[in-house]
Amino acid sequence: MRALAPALGDAMVPRIARVRRRRRECPQTWTLEIEPEGAPPDVRFAPGQFNMLYAFGVGEAPVSASGDPAAAGPLVHTIRAVGAVSTALVRLGPGDAVGLRGPFGSGWPLAEAAGRDVVAVAGGLGLAPLRPLILRLLAERERYGKVALLYGTRSPLDILYRRELETWRRRLDSEIEVTVDHAAGGWRGNVGVVTDLVPRAAFDPLHTIAMVCGPEVMMRFAIAALIEAGVAPDAIWLSMERNMKCAIGHCGHCQFGPAFVCKDGPVFRYDRVRDILALKEI
Amino acid sequence: MQGLERIVREHPFFAGLEEGFLELVCGCAKNVRFDAGDYLCHEGEQANEFYMIRHGRVGLEITVPGRASVTFQTIGEGGIVGVSWLVPPYRWNYDAKALELVRAIALDASCLREKSEQDHDLGYELMKRFMPILVQRLQATRLQILDVYGSPR
Repeated sequence: MRALAPALGDAMVPRIARVRRRRRECPQTWTLEIEPEGAPPDVRFAPGQFNMLYAFGVGEAPVSASGDPAAAGPLVHTIRAVGAVSTALVRLGPGDAVGLRGPFGSGWPLAEAAGRDVVAVAGGLGLAPLRPLILRLLAERERYGKVALLYGTRSPLDILYRRELETWRRRLDSEIEVTVDHAAGGWRGNVGVVTDLVPRAAFDPLHTIAMVCGPEVMMRFAIAALIEAGVAPDAIWLSMERNMKCAIGHCGHCQFGPAFVCKDGPVFRYDRVRDILALKEI
Repeated sequence: MQGLERIVREHPFFAGLEEGFLELVCGCAKNVRFDAGDYLCHEGEQANEFYMIRHGRVGLEITVPGRASVTFQTIGEGGIVGVSWLVPPYRWNYDAKALELVRAIALDASCLREKSEQDHDLGYELMKRFMPILVQRLQATRLQILDVYGSPR
């Protein structure tokens, strides 16, 4: 999917946005709804793209868009507090100002998925960049073949968008599978790694497009499982993460072989990055 | 016996098994069921059987002293519970608990080991079917040890 250009003005100058809502998803992880000030208030984005969010006085970080791209209203971003910037962002409350640049980068190949089975494999917080895609797949369900979301995370406490996953599971037209790496008493769902879900999912590998997002190690194993199941390497897409700073391919922080993750990614077709992924130096 | 043969033949673990081997395997097999909460085995016990799950789910658990049991894997329909019977000292390394009504085929381990000693082709056939499970579980364990979701995304 072609990258959408930044919405307004100089791509390096943040717009001021205000936090409208903040909700806790799981330990250390929060979802912020933010609304840019001034007109137009809407920022259009493609599923898989990201914005740069600026916690004033602390710093800026790339955060995937997690909302419904077709819905009007605030931008949705799910953030795990792991460093100074992300911790400052999740501490923002309603009415607080945040800097916004974007959207940037490439998106999930939604148009190419039409008429095919779609398998989304998410690990941990990797569900957040896939959420806009899932929302669109489910909203236009008739456009696609079988739809499966395979989601793995650390423990039942770490399940992202839990209520929404439960709602999606109640639908009879899609397969939503969740697994955790380990669980104490009270959890009655799957336990095991997300790659174990791939051979059990119902899809026709010859007519499937797969989209994978999560920690890089998990993606490598998930892609291996998809290929073993018969999905072609050129039908697998993944979202990469690197140290993105400028978001427009100028600073070079996120260089990934001949590409820049911020500009040419974060969503790549697997066969185009397979050789680079295997390099330990990159 | 014919019903049992059909069930064993249709289980994914023995898919495509040739008739002669099927007969040998079925001679060591029996139907079992476990209600939710029943244990299929306990850590440290002799691994006298392994189970081919036909229906329901089984949780594999490790008990950590002073803490609640931790489930590290669930096995569902079409899966296999038990690889400890393959290697001495033939003892279970975990507890296996039925999370719901479980129907399974139990295979007598010493019966299968004995038949495999007598017929190495059968033993090789069994090893070929167990090795992918062992490798897959080794890889899964690696991923779990790495705790990949603990790192930022």
